[in-house]
Amino acid sequence: MASMTLNPLGESTLMRKAYGEALVELGRNRDDLVVLSADVQSSDFSSMFETAFPDRFINVGIAEPALVDVAVGLANAGKIPIANTFAFLFATRALEMVRTHLCYAGANVKLAGAYAGLSDSFDGPTHQTVADLAIFRSLPNITIVVPADASAVKKLLPQIAAWKGPVYFRICRNEVPAVFGEDYQPEIGKGITLIEGSDVTIVACGIMVARAVQAAWQLRENNIRARVVEMHTIKPIDTDLVTRCARETGVLVSAEEHSIVGGLGGAIAECLSESCPVPLERVGVNDAFAECGPYLELLEKYGLGVDAIVAAAERALARKAQESSKLICVAG
Amino acid sequence: MATLLNVVTSPAEVYPFGIRHSSDMIADLSSRAYEYRAQVLSMVYGRQSGHIGGAFSIAEILTCLYFHHLRLDPVNPEWPDRDRLVFSKGHACAMLYTVLAHRGYFPVSELPTFRALNTRLQGHPEPRRTPGVEVAAGPLGHGVAIGAGMALAARMDKSRRRIYAILGDGELNSGVIWEGLLVGAKFGLDNLTAIVDYNGVQQTGTTSHVMPTEPIADKWASFNWHVIEIHGHNVAEILNALDEADEVHGRPVVIIARTTKGKGVSFMENQPAWHGGVPNKTQFEAALAELEEGARQWQA
Repeated sequence: MASMTLNPLGESTLMRKAYGEALVELGRNRDDLVVLSADVQSSDFSSMFETAFPDRFINVGIAEPALVDVAVGLANAGKIPIANTFAFLFATRALEMVRTHLCYAGANVKLAGAYAGLSDSFDGPTHQTVADLAIFRSLPNITIVVPADASAVKKLLPQIAAWKGPVYFRICRNEVPAVFGEDYQPEIGKGITLIEGSDVTIVACGIMVARAVQAAWQLRENNIRARVVEMHTIKPIDTDLVTRCARETGVLVSAEEHSIVGGLGGAIAECLSESCPVPLERVGVNDAFAECGPYLELLEKYGLGVDAIVAAAERALARKAQESSKLICVAG
Repeated sequence: MATLLNVVTSPAEVYPFGIRHSSDMIADLSSRAYEYRAQVLSMVYGRQSGHIGGAFSIAEILTCLYFHHLRLDPVNPEWPDRDRLVFSKGHACAMLYTVLAHRGYFPVSELPTFRALNTRLQGHPEPRRTPGVEVAAGPLGHGVAIGAGMALAARMDKSRRRIYAILGDGELNSGVIWEGLLVGAKFGLDNLTAIVDYNGVQQTGTTSHVMPTEPIADKWASFNWHVIEIHGHNVAEILNALDEADEVHGRPVVIIARTTKGKGVSFMENQPAWHGGVPNKTQFEAALAELEEGARQWQA
């Protein structure tokens, strides 16, 4: 377990640069890989693939509906197209294409949503994306994957290319600390317990995984043993693991760089309500648009800091104490 | 039941790609277009749901493509080098299903299940359910961009397969159509042919009233597409246009087919009400009689 999570966290690196490198590596291994962009390849580093494989790179211009539709045509011929644009544009402007051809008709297209969450911080709420997980999660047949650091991007991208069916891959614009050690071996659809604990489970995805780990360390100083689960696959959510954590720790916290509505926290709430209804505290953007500013300060202001996770865990534990007395009443 | 619907032709004769367009072949394909209209009429009448007008306007175009010009193998619908037909105007799928059935993709006897519960023949096309259907359609505007993706894939594969996209004129209102035009022209996709069923009528009125798109040929030409204009119910003109499109190099091609919505039934022709209207028994019988007469004029 020691080498699954780095302690202390490792050096911060650009997640999007790791993505560009992973694309090139994948292009070497797969002749059927085609990369498309709506003219943002210099932003999301898919330009690295363009340089390496110009014949398999297609820039459709600033035309996100066409971006997805052209990818659908490529998939019809057995190619593995990875379409690239900003996350919010897939989830909003090109959504009908995604729904009709990927989700309904099963077109084997992969979407890489760049600049997700608040990570396009200085560009402001027009470019930030805090509803994509909720939007895509409501659609049948799409798999949603959120990597937590650069190494996760490189380990998950080949699995996404090999996955049968459409996938949405959500990528941060900025530098994120290395969380995972060499033993980290993610598998689509399976959550991973990074830190064992019995008092509360913190389930996190994306850049919030590093913060959840830090929160667990901080809680440990107060003698609270927090379990940390990395849920890189938001859909299908690992219901077995969520249910087990609910039974074993009695209370959960979700942490995501997304609205508290309908994303990871929503998925966990749905799961708990059916399998094991225990208290859940959701850490995320509180159903609001954010604003422009430096990324790390923005995360703090909008409730995504380490302290916010710690506070949520403490609230959850307080509710656990109340709930246990209530449960006794019901049982009596 | 009138005789037109009793004709059993499954699978129907195919005139191989490249064969000379004889007058017998032209007459047979023209006659069959009326037979397929009668089939569509029966399907929509039977279910009391569906779109007749835009199905009737593409009868000859689809007949020419599926029984002569497209290189396909209904026994092996996934043959990688098959030509692709993107049926963008999905609401007119009763005609697509009819032609696919007669081409041998599935039994003609399945056509009456159109739009029923548990059918493979959904209200709008879905590729995983229906053999021969390449992409989903219904929400309009997708055909050109998807076709461009297919054409790019064919080029990467160094395949000679060709891509055809059947568009309505109403769906040219949609912005993604024009995004697709830009993509097709940027990459000089001469293996891509769009066919616009320019019947001049959409759901609530004439296209010139709802959203004027003329001069349509100039628009496509200004996007650097090779433009061919034809009479879209004239089989000889359709066959020649498809051949001409194959010979264009360096640019995608659009065939603007001037057609009549509801073609073949006088009281349906050019009437927006017959975009999605369904016939009662009297109308059904009157329409069938007119379609029989339409077929007969080619059978002399």
